[in-house]
Amino acid sequence: MKVDIKESESVREFVRSLVIEKGYEKAELIPILHEINGEYGYISDVAIKELSARMNIPTSHIYSVATFYRMFSTDPRGRHVIQFCESAPCHVAGGRLVWEKLQEVLGLENGETSEDEKWSLLTTSCLGVCGVGPVLVIDHDIYGNVSPEQIPGILDNYE
Amino acid sequence: MKATRSMVLVSSDKESLDRGALEVFSTLQKQIAAFGLEEEISLSMISDVSKKAQNPLVLVYPEAVIYGSVTPDDVPHIVEEHLYKGRVVEEKQISPFDLSGNIAWLTARKGTLPAENRIVLKNVGLIDPESIDDYIINQGYEALGTVLKEMTPEETVKIIKDSGLQGRGGAGFPTGLKWQFVAATKSEKKYVICNADESEPGTFKDRLVLEGDPHAIIEAMTIAAYAVGADEGFVYIRGEYGLAISRMAKAIQQAREYGLLGDNIFGTDLSFDIHIHAGAGAYICGEETALIESIEGNRGEPRSRPPYPTTAGLWQKPTTVNNVETLANIPAIIRNGADWYKSFGTPSSPGTKVYTILGNVNVTGLIEVPMGITLREVIAIYGKGMKNGGRLKLAQTGGSSGSIIPASLQDTPMDFDSYNKVGVSLGSGALLIGDENVCVVDLAKVLLNFFREESCGKCNPCRIGNNRAYETLVNISEGIGTLKDLDDLMMLSNQLYELSNCGLGQTAGSPLHDILAHFRAEVEAHVKLKVCPTGVCPMSGRRVYQII
Repeated sequence: MKVDIKESESVREFVRSLVIEKGYEKAELIPILHEINGEYGYISDVAIKELSARMNIPTSHIYSVATFYRMFSTDPRGRHVIQFCESAPCHVAGGRLVWEKLQEVLGLENGETSEDEKWSLLTTSCLGVCGVGPVLVIDHDIYGNVSPEQIPGILDNYE
Repeated sequence: MKATRSMVLVSSDKESLDRGALEVFSTLQKQIAAFGLEEEISLSMISDVSKKAQNPLVLVYPEAVIYGSVTPDDVPHIVEEHLYKGRVVEEKQISPFDLSGNIAWLTARKGTLPAENRIVLKNVGLIDPESIDDYIINQGYEALGTVLKEMTPEETVKIIKDSGLQGRGGAGFPTGLKWQFVAATKSEKKYVICNADESEPGTFKDRLVLEGDPHAIIEAMTIAAYAVGADEGFVYIRGEYGLAISRMAKAIQQAREYGLLGDNIFGTDLSFDIHIHAGAGAYICGEETALIESIEGNRGEPRSRPPYPTTAGLWQKPTTVNNVETLANIPAIIRNGADWYKSFGTPSSPGTKVYTILGNVNVTGLIEVPMGITLREVIAIYGKGMKNGGRLKLAQTGGSSGSIIPASLQDTPMDFDSYNKVGVSLGSGALLIGDENVCVVDLAKVLLNFFREESCGKCNPCRIGNNRAYETLVNISEGIGTLKDLDDLMMLSNQLYELSNCGLGQTAGSPLHDILAHFRAEVEAHVKLKVCPTGVCPMSGRRVYQII
């Protein structure tokens, strides 16, 4: 991946302001990673190194935390992230067919990002909206009672 | 509360009032009286239903039908058709999915029946969760006042112990005892943690309490702080629950403004404040020591126990970790007494339990019923029977870490004690109902896939065992399994249980055990006859995993 110097500087600036705002206690690490991931969609090497210097925490520790939790990504993701619930309640309610349709329409497999960087397709564990399974989440929008036929229409909502 | 057949709610936000919600309300009152239904139907106003285009709204429970926008002229027809004759007025009905996220919690009332006893969910869906005044009007913070003004910490622990309240996170440990352990420590600093990292698949009871009644958790945590001698608390909410996090943050802010959190609460010596920690997507963080690691800024890997958090928890200080549902019981127990609480449920498991009903039933959703109800009753009364007239084949109780039980156990009372006797885990209260189209191999495959993804990787039995079990199940589902595979699965199940460090690994093997104990013939058909009786498994003969 090409490294844009200007962008790197803005990431570093963002990280610095976060540490000033929240403090450098280790307990603030996960809240700060939330902010970085929310702002850029992922946590870059640049961000990890800057955070390490500012919080005085080894990069190895930050990397181990950033890769442990499912909501954090250390790789760039598409403009829209699709999360499909693969837990048992959605599966029993017909989720398997929806998942197959999603993969077919997008031409992506679990964990992949499309070449035009529009979509990232991920599976996720239960999202707590099991009453309306099968469930998929695109960015922050939750879709319940999804059938395979609805998939193309739902995807059309996104630029 | 008087037993009523139906509950009718009218939206009362500013928009609705401008459009004549009050007239709709009074017309409803008159019409209900005209049909002589006052005894059977309760009618109230409700705020926070913000679908501007379709206000005012009228919501009818237990069917969870939403009508909009309703004018006084529509009311006689709705009352006659729906409330009197029991037919939904389809032309005025709007889909709940058209509504904004702010009222998503209203689905909590779906399927509510008068026979339910709501303690935990008493306020959920009835009060405005973003208004502390609404909570206070409904006896909110009364229990906290009683405790601080009239009771000693010892008496507070005792009443919870006497009530017999057991932890509702799944393990069923007596809450009063846990508090007593923390209270007995000599530490200067202690913590109260609310475990709201609800990640058990099929469980969303805690989300609805957090979204619908956040002040109950604040009140209960403050009572806990007084009882054990803590001055700082954390609510660990899973990161995916955005609405719950923002509601809780707002509630904490309101409580601070009212002096219900902070220094010298109610003018007493008690000082207590609560922070929110948002999780970041890890099932294992529901395990209390992993949750503590996560708050400290680490990977959520469980600690070795002992020492237990009650002696060395957050930052090695004594800590009580209680589940959301457990805490939501506390104010009601203080207000009404231990004997009142024990009048619900069974002698060994007092109180109510919130269940989520899912899968192949006609009505899915959330119920709160006394401990000891049977699965048959749940399906018939609350689930309104099996979907498409199917037959019950199995139920999975307690989420992924629970048990898969056959239809023959549907008359066993659901309480901690009775279920323990038949080797079943009640767990988190998720009830996934499966009909005869569910393949047990396929179901076990999904569950083991979950565990291998969610294993934190710290200990070998769990990290390797779950992967191996999953691969074996995939091979069986492709029609290349052997009888030896079944023995291996049983062995893996035992090893996971015996050797894993924490509850995740210890329960991960239970689906393997359960399908072989209850559905061995069906599993053997996959292996011996190379046939999936339900036609779900691919059975392609393809070898996906080479197991050596």
